[in-house]
Formats: sequence, structure tokens, C-alpha cells
Amino acid sequence: MIQTAELLKVFQQYRGDAIVIPGRGGRHWVQISTNPNRDVPLGDPAMGGHASFGLGLALAQPDKRVVLFDSEGDVLMGMGALATIAEQAPRNFYHFMLDNECYATTGGQPVPNAKNIAYDVVARGAGYPQTYAFDNLEDFSNNIKAILDQPGPVFVALKVDPEIENEPIGRRPRWQTRTREQVVKDLQAELRITG
Amino acid sequence: MAQAQEAHLSPETVMGEMKKNGVTHVVWLPDSETNWLYLLMKADPSLHLVAVSREGHAFATAAGLSVGGKTPIILIQNTGLMESGDSLRGWALGLNIPVVLMVGYRGWTRHGVTQDTAAIYTERFINAFGITYYLVENDADAERISVAFAEAKKTQRPVAVLVGDEYHGFNR
Repeated sequence: MIQTAELLKVFQQYRGDAIVIPGRGGRHWVQISTNPNRDVPLGDPAMGGHASFGLGLALAQPDKRVVLFDSEGDVLMGMGALATIAEQAPRNFYHFMLDNECYATTGGQPVPNAKNIAYDVVARGAGYPQTYAFDNLEDFSNNIKAILDQPGPVFVALKVDPEIENEPIGRRPRWQTRTREQVVKDLQAELRITG
Repeated sequence: MAQAQEAHLSPETVMGEMKKNGVTHVVWLPDSETNWLYLLMKADPSLHLVAVSREGHAFATAAGLSVGGKTPIILIQNTGLMESGDSLRGWALGLNIPVVLMVGYRGWTRHGVTQDTAAIYTERFINAFGITYYLVENDADAERISVAFAEAKKTQRPVAVLVGDEYHGFNR
């Protein structure tokens, strides 16, 4: 198992000027990122959609690397998106998936067949040309540069500690430092996108 | 019936509306009435087709495209729209995405009597989300598609176009 925050600290060293959608790693990433105007910390607009959102952003900005930190719960909910991503084959899309084997934000209930799904195999079967799976930080650290140096789409499954939350949502501290509207505005200003 | 056959919504007209409004990407899932439109879109190099396997993915994909500066259109059937409720809420409405969704109105009839529950619940569903919609039945109505694009841009919200071509859909 990998600590998500430690994993993101390693990734940060190789991030370059990539656009980063931190997904459920957002609460750590906002403390780690050194280029927040290229970050898209949206929290959880609607479960199961991060991969499709990342695909859309990658297709819209083909000259920029787009890195997504998805989750296994999201992937299970929207698994068909893997086929669409593989078909579109965006060379600038890097799809990392944090697998904590549970629904951490609802108390840690296991996802279906939590310990027995090979998500890298699923992604490969859906058509991703390159897939990886890591369950320790050392292997991840040794491979992250090579992963980001190759063309996408790439899928990387990562076993991470659950970090289960039991507090009711309304009583949890907010980690977001910007509204979603501001996040989008900042990104578009950074990329010089005009409406 | 003969009159209905003369007045239908042609795929060429829909394509013209897409081009007029600068559509770059068509995010879609096929339905039973869009095959001719698909063939036209596929043959047009200026349109990028993104086929999804579940309609909810269309809203998240369109959101990413729009945030990235492109102009997507969502092309789905009313059955799929209803399946997409949470994605519509979170990704399209939640991120203020100015996207037009063209929705095949399965079961729609001009006289209003239908046994198809897909049609019975379509407008109720759209109204529940507070989304503006326009009904397009034939080529004479097609300018409403441009109205929808203008409204989406002005309000920074999704706007729906219901395709109520009972007899033809986009077929010939």
C-alpha cells in the first residue's frame, strides 16, 4: 500500500507543465502542487465521470499533457469510459487510478470484489496500449519518469491506503482553496482560452 | 402521413446548424434514429466524433472539452438523458457548461398521446433540472438549434433541443 500524499510528492517532481486533475487525491495535491493554475481540483462533481472529463480536456488541449488521478470506485462506476479513451487514444493523457479498495468517503465499505480486480488488465483489455500496476512507493518512484515520458494513453493502477472518513460530509474540513468556478477560470486564463 | 413525410428534419440541416455554431466535437451515443446523421458526421473532417458507451459519460466529456476551449454538442436519446441525471447535475450544471444537447424524443407524438414512458417522462425530467428546451420537428424549426446555442452561451448553462421527428428521426 502507498500513502497517497507520498505518491503525489514523487509525481510532483516529474509533473512539468502538465495539467493535473487530482480527483480524490485533491486534498493532498493542493498542499503539494507548485503550479496551481494548471490544477483542476474539482472534488467530486458527479461520481464516475472523472475519466470522461479528463478525456475531454485532453482532446481539447492536445499539445499539453493531462494527468488524472482517478479512483477505483469512479472507474467501476464508469468503466465504459475506458473503451472510449482507448478508441480516442489521446497521446497526451495519463490516467492514474488510486485504488484504496473501498468507498473511503462513506465510511470504508468495500467496492465490489475489492481485492480481486486487476484494473491494469481491465484497462489493457479495453484497449489502452500501456498499463501498469504498483503497490509500493519504490516501484512507482522508479517508473514514474518513464511512464510520463511515453505517449498516452497510459493507465496506472496504484494501491493506496484507504484514509477512511467517518465524519458526516457537512462536518468535514474543506480542503478546497478555490471554488470550482474559480478553478476553471484560472485554468482558462493560464491556457489563454477565451469564451 | 404524406404531409409528415414531406416535412421532416434532414440530417443535412442538422449538420448545417452544427457548423453554423462552430461545433468542434460531437459527443454521442447512437440511437435508433441517427444513422444518416452519423454517416454525414463521420464523413466531415471538421467534426471530431467521441462515441461514449453510457450517456452520463457524455456530460463529463463535454465538460472537459468545454473547459478546454472547444465547442461540443451532445447527441443522445431521451432514455439516455434520464440515465444521465447525476452527470448532468454535477458536470454540466455544476461547472456552468454552455453545451447544447440534442435529444431524440423517443415516443413523442404531435397529438400528445403515447404509451412510451420514455416520452411521458422526458419533459418532466428536463423541467426538474430547470433546463430550457426547444422542440424541433422539421427543417423549418431548425433555426431553434441556433437559438439554443446562443442561449447556452449567454447563460453558461446546458440547453436542450428535443428532436420530435416522429416518423423519420434522422433517417431517410
